[in-house]
Amino acid sequence: MQNTSLQFKKQVTIKLADVKLQDALSRLQSRFVGGRSAVIREIADLEETRNAAATIRDRVLNNLEHWLLQFEQQATARGAIIHWAETGDDVNRIVAEIAAQHGVKTAAKSKSMVSEECGLNDALEQAGVSVMETDLGEYILQLAHEAPSHIVAPVVHKNKEEIADLFAEKHHTPRKTDIAELCREAREVLRPAFLNADMGISGGNFLVAETGSVLIVTNEGNGRLVTTLPRVHVAITGIEKVVPTLEDVTTLLRLLPRSATGQSITNYVSVLTGNKNNEDHDGPEHFHIILLDNGRSSLIGSEMQEMLRCIRCGACMNHCPVYQNIGGHAYGWVYPGPMGSILTPLLGGIEKSPDLPNASTFCGACAAVCPVKIPLPDLLRKLREKQMQLGMKSRRETFALKTWAWLALRPHLYALATRIGVRMMRAMGDKNNLIHTLPGASGWTDGRDFPAPSGQTFRELYERGTYK
Amino acid sequence: MNARDKILGKIRGAQMHAAAGAHTETINSHLAQHPRGPLPLRPDNLIAHFKERALKLSSDVLETNDRREVPILLANYLRERKLPGNCVCWPTLADLPWAVAGLNMQSRPAQNSDLIGVTGAFCAIAETGTLMMLSGADTPATTSLLPETHVAVFDPRRIVATMEDAWDLMRKEHQQPPRAVNFISGPSRTADIEQTVTLGAHGPYRVLIILAPPEPQ
Repeated sequence: MQNTSLQFKKQVTIKLADVKLQDALSRLQSRFVGGRSAVIREIADLEETRNAAATIRDRVLNNLEHWLLQFEQQATARGAIIHWAETGDDVNRIVAEIAAQHGVKTAAKSKSMVSEECGLNDALEQAGVSVMETDLGEYILQLAHEAPSHIVAPVVHKNKEEIADLFAEKHHTPRKTDIAELCREAREVLRPAFLNADMGISGGNFLVAETGSVLIVTNEGNGRLVTTLPRVHVAITGIEKVVPTLEDVTTLLRLLPRSATGQSITNYVSVLTGNKNNEDHDGPEHFHIILLDNGRSSLIGSEMQEMLRCIRCGACMNHCPVYQNIGGHAYGWVYPGPMGSILTPLLGGIEKSPDLPNASTFCGACAAVCPVKIPLPDLLRKLREKQMQLGMKSRRETFALKTWAWLALRPHLYALATRIGVRMMRAMGDKNNLIHTLPGASGWTDGRDFPAPSGQTFRELYERGTYK
Repeated sequence: MNARDKILGKIRGAQMHAAAGAHTETINSHLAQHPRGPLPLRPDNLIAHFKERALKLSSDVLETNDRREVPILLANYLRERKLPGNCVCWPTLADLPWAVAGLNMQSRPAQNSDLIGVTGAFCAIAETGTLMMLSGADTPATTSLLPETHVAVFDPRRIVATMEDAWDLMRKEHQQPPRAVNFISGPSRTADIEQTVTLGAHGPYRVLIILAPPEPQ
């Protein structure tokens, strides 16, 4: 998928004014934030479980090569074929080759964010394979030629009326008004796709090294259908998704659905090991697993390694006040919200996403809910430091920060400067003690008033207090 | 050097530079022990807890002490919902008196046109009201997936507390996982349209669980 995060600031203005989107985002907030809060208390000791989950992820990341080899060995022994891809283009090429090898003309696909990174669907269409998205949200996006705006609820930005219009137009059916009827229509349109597809394409929420299994979580049943009916199954996921044992993945499964959608468990958890053999009545004859790097390996051993713990639950973006107000498209790539603000610069190049690490107040809501305790605000701050080192900050911002640093090293000058500053700012306030324009801070005062300070610095007030 | 070597080489290089104080544990011992993580409190009554959770997921739950009553329970269930009586089932359930209860039951895997699929279950998990299904020659995966109604008949003594217990049971009875392990937690659903949960997406619209002991020996 093309990275348009350079457009972030422009997109933000557009999204803030988009009434339909704002409605949709408030729905997301009530369902996902409220939903998580209601079920997370089912976990007896949440902190203990989060710590265990972080440890599980770190165990693998600190020894990734060996866990990948373990997974490869086990999966291969059960008849799966493992492919390694350095870039998204490599993934596309490998899938096209598999399709050609097996005479595949049609593919049914259940959700895969990694495949969005690669732009797989377009590449396959060009290679003569028609691809049908089967996850309802992704199917809607496919009809509308749009990108997902959330990693778990991809079509959160659309309302029922828009979807009804889309179905009526693309299916040439009478327009439905009821959500259940729209779902029924999608079921009936997509069922033949499952039955007739030569190849099923899925993602992989986790790879279990102990057994060489691919684990996927779904609610609709499409994940099961695309991995059971077609004669070829291709699973695509990132190299960081390995989890050591069945017990470890079970611990993560306690946190993933609760953090993501407010469910105690997703409707279906499918653990797929190897291809169809004499013991089976159904399943794919050929099971291919593609492991994608796309920049992940460069995070190993770095100060950003913790980002690879991510289990793609979406809790961070659900709780982020920035995401809650602008939605996912403004972030410009596959991954939005706090995790996207870190992954997009890291995987796509920090120079392509100058605004994303800065689109945060470090409120910490994301870090508080992250099931694997990724220190998201710390990582965002490190990216900002990196931007400073690379000279990516504006001259004004660099000058301002250097001036502040110079003063901060000279406490008496700092005290003098701030005493003058607060008195000047008090004078700028109106009769309600509000400042409407502040030179150099139009980013703040364009959208809101700045409260005028009382006219004394905190240190002055504090000193006065103790000497009362 | 192919992609595999390049990727693994990059990771190896990065990990050699990683902190000398990093705690390393052998892979094999972790695999051999496969320790459990933190567990929820174990409910006093597994069957009651399972029923409560299954109902919360919008599954239907019926019970009988006599396995031969199962067809009657199913026939009543279908009649109440004005559903037809043509069903397919797994081989282990073929011997039940379906015809006597007025149901047309065929013992074969499900095809797209089949509306009702009757299966067993390897075990069930009380923590979440979940069924665990293992694929196999006699346990085809399509029977619980393609039809609009999925009926699962199994012994309530196969209800375990947690998914960890379920894995241990699988290891004991099958050593390794089959091609597909499917955990089923109620009817299929989606909330992609306006975050409104709708039952019946691509999988079954309804799941009926019938708890019935096996035949007495």
